[in-house]
Amino acid sequence: MKFIDEYRRSELAKGLVRRIHQNSTKKARLMEFCGGHTVTILKHGIRQLLPPTIEMLSGPGCPVCVTDNADLDKAIALAQIPGVILTTFGDMLKVPGSRSSLQRVKADGADVRIVYSTIDALQIAQENPAKRVVFLGIGFETTAPTIAASVLQAEQEGISNYYVLSLHKLCPPVIKALLDSGEVKLNGLICPGHVSAIIGSRPWEFIARDYGIPCVVSGFEPLDVLQCVDMLVAQIENDESKVEIAYRRGVRPGGNQRALELMDRVFEACTARWRGMGPVSDSGLRLKREFERFDAEFAFEFDPGPTLEPKGCLCGDILRGVKTPPDCQLFAQVCTPESPVGPCMVSSEGSCAAHYFYKATYE
Amino acid sequence: MSDKILLAHGSGGKLAHDLVERSFLQAFSNPLLAKLDDSATFDFSGRLAFTTDSYVVNPIFFPGGDIGKLAVCGTVNDLAMAGAVPLYLSLSFIIEEGLSQEDLMRIVSSVKEAAEEAEVQVVTGDTKVVNRGTADKLFINTAGVGMIPTGVDISGSKAKPGDKVILSGPIGDHGIAVLSQREGLSFSTKLQSDCAPLNKLVAEIIKVSSQIHCLRDPTRGGLATTLNELAKQSKVGIKIEEEKIPLREEVQAACEMLGFEPLYVANEGKLVAIVAPEDVQAVLKAMRQNTYGKDAAIIGEVRQEHPSRVVMKTRLGASRIIDMLVGDLLPRIC
Repeated sequence: MKFIDEYRRSELAKGLVRRIHQNSTKKARLMEFCGGHTVTILKHGIRQLLPPTIEMLSGPGCPVCVTDNADLDKAIALAQIPGVILTTFGDMLKVPGSRSSLQRVKADGADVRIVYSTIDALQIAQENPAKRVVFLGIGFETTAPTIAASVLQAEQEGISNYYVLSLHKLCPPVIKALLDSGEVKLNGLICPGHVSAIIGSRPWEFIARDYGIPCVVSGFEPLDVLQCVDMLVAQIENDESKVEIAYRRGVRPGGNQRALELMDRVFEACTARWRGMGPVSDSGLRLKREFERFDAEFAFEFDPGPTLEPKGCLCGDILRGVKTPPDCQLFAQVCTPESPVGPCMVSSEGSCAAHYFYKATYE
Repeated sequence: MSDKILLAHGSGGKLAHDLVERSFLQAFSNPLLAKLDDSATFDFSGRLAFTTDSYVVNPIFFPGGDIGKLAVCGTVNDLAMAGAVPLYLSLSFIIEEGLSQEDLMRIVSSVKEAAEEAEVQVVTGDTKVVNRGTADKLFINTAGVGMIPTGVDISGSKAKPGDKVILSGPIGDHGIAVLSQREGLSFSTKLQSDCAPLNKLVAEIIKVSSQIHCLRDPTRGGLATTLNELAKQSKVGIKIEEEKIPLREEVQAACEMLGFEPLYVANEGKLVAIVAPEDVQAVLKAMRQNTYGKDAAIIGEVRQEHPSRVVMKTRLGASRIIDMLVGDLLPRIC
C-alpha cells in the first residue's frame, strides 16, 4: 500500500538498526511522548531490535488516558440529562469514571453516540432540533482545530443546539511540567508527529535549549521511529541538543497556520487537570467568552459528584513514565481490555493496552 | 397483497401458507421439502457432521452478499471444516414486522443461489414474524448435516510440530465490506465480502492429501483468533510471518484508517489448513486451482516451542505474541 509499505521496508529497517547499534555507545533514555508511537514500537517489535544502551519510556501522549476522572464524570453526568445526545469518539465509551462509564449509562438508556468527526455531531444536532447535542472534545492540538471549526460552523449556520465539552490538552506545557518535576530523567524526546503537524517543531525548542534534551519529531511508521532514534542517538553521541524533524512529509517548523488560527479564534489556554499529574497551568483549552453559549459547562447544570480514583491502578505513574504497565499488579489480571480498571487499558493508544496486545517474545 | 411482511405472515394461517408456498417452496423445490411433513426424513449411513449457526448481520445487504448467502455459506463452511460433504440444511427466518417482501424475496433467492452453488438442499424450515422493534429486520438460523467420507479425520486438535499453515487467501474482506456500509461510518470502497461456500475447495484438497490435520474458517475474531484456537486445542505453538499473510490494499487502508488489525477482522470465505510438511505443496497447488483459493499462501508453521501460543515474526524481524481478539473493534480517537 502506497505511503505505508515504503515506511515498513525490512531491508531499510535493518540498515537503520545496524547503524544505531554501531553509533550508540552512551546510555540513552528516550521517551516517546505519543501513544501512537508506543503502539508502533510495540507492534513492530522495535524495542527488541535496539541495542541495550537504549531504554525506551512511554509518555503521557494518549488523550483518552490523561483525561482526569473529574472530567470523565462531567461527561457521564451530561449524558444522563434528559434530552441530551452525547457524541463522542469511540475510545471514550469504555473508560471508567468514578462510578460509571459512558457505555454503562448508554446501556441504562442515555443517548450516547459514537461519531468519527465533529461533522457527524453537527449533523446529529441538525437532525434533532428538539435535542441538545454535546460533543465530547477530547484530544490534543491535533483534534482541537476540527472542534474549533465545528463551533464556527454552528455559529455561522445558526445551529443553536450544539455544545462542546472542551477537555482539550496541550502537549508542550505538560512535557515542561514533567521535566520540572524531576521524576524522570531523559536523554532524548521523540516528539509527537501529528501534534507537531499542527503546532510545528518550534514549540519544542525550549526543551532542547533549556533542558539540554535532544528532540526529534517522528512519524508513526516503523522506519519513521527508527530514523528518529538514529537521529537522537547521533545528537546524544555528539553532545548536542537541538530540535530536528524526522517526519518531514508531515511537519514544518511553523506548523499549520490555518489550523492554529482556528484554534486561536475559538479557544484560550486554561489550567487543565491531567491524570497522574494534577492541574497544569496553561495546558488546556476552553472556549473563549464570545463562544460561551456553545460551552457545555456553561449551558448545562449538572452535578458530576465527588471524584473517586480506582484503587491500585497505576495509570497516573505510567503516564508520567515512572512505572511501566507490567509494574502494575492489576495489569492483565484484574485489568484487561474487556474489563478495564484504568484508561490506559481502554484506549487503542494507551500504554497498557499496547503492552497487552503487543506482547513481545524473546527467542 | 401488502408489500410488507405483516405479523399475520408468521401466524401459521392463510397468509403464512401463501408465503411459504409462493416463496420458499418454489425457491428450494426438492422432494424432501415438498412432502411438507413436520420433519424431513432421509436415509443415512456413515459418519455424520451436524452444525448450526444464527445470522444477525447488520446491514442485511452488503457488497458481495447478503444475510441469505451468509446463512448458507456459514453453515456449509462449518460442515466443510470437519471434512464433511454438506447435504441438507434447515432454514429458519425470524422476521421483523414491516420488512419488505421484495427484500425477503431477494434474500430467499440468494439462499437458493448459494445452496445451488454448494450443492446442498434446504429440506426443512420455519418462519416467525415478531413485532417491530423486537428484531432487526431479519435473523436467520440454519443447521446443516453432512457426510464425512471414510478415512477423513480432521480436527482442531490434530496439529503436529512441523506441520505447515496454509491460508486460502487475503484476510479481512468481509469485515471491512460490512463495516463500510454501517450507518454513521460511511467510507466508500470497492471491496466485496469474500462470503463463499468452501466445501468444493475442501473436497479438492482432501482428494490430494490424507494428511490435512486441521481445517478452520477464520470468521468472527479473524485469523488471529482461529490460530489461537488451533494452537490451544492441539497444545502446540504456531509461528506465522507477517510478510507472508495475503492482504488486500483496500483492507489495509481501511484498517489503518480505523485503527484495526487485519488479523482480527472477520472473513466468510477463507480457511486455514494445517497440513503435514510432505503434502503442503500438493495441497497448496490444489487450493490455488480453485477460485476461492487462488491467492492461497503458506503463512507459517506448527512448532513444539511456546505451546498454545501464536507468535508472529514482524516485517522488521522482531517477534510478538498474537492473542485472541479481546473486546470489540472500536475505531481510534486520533
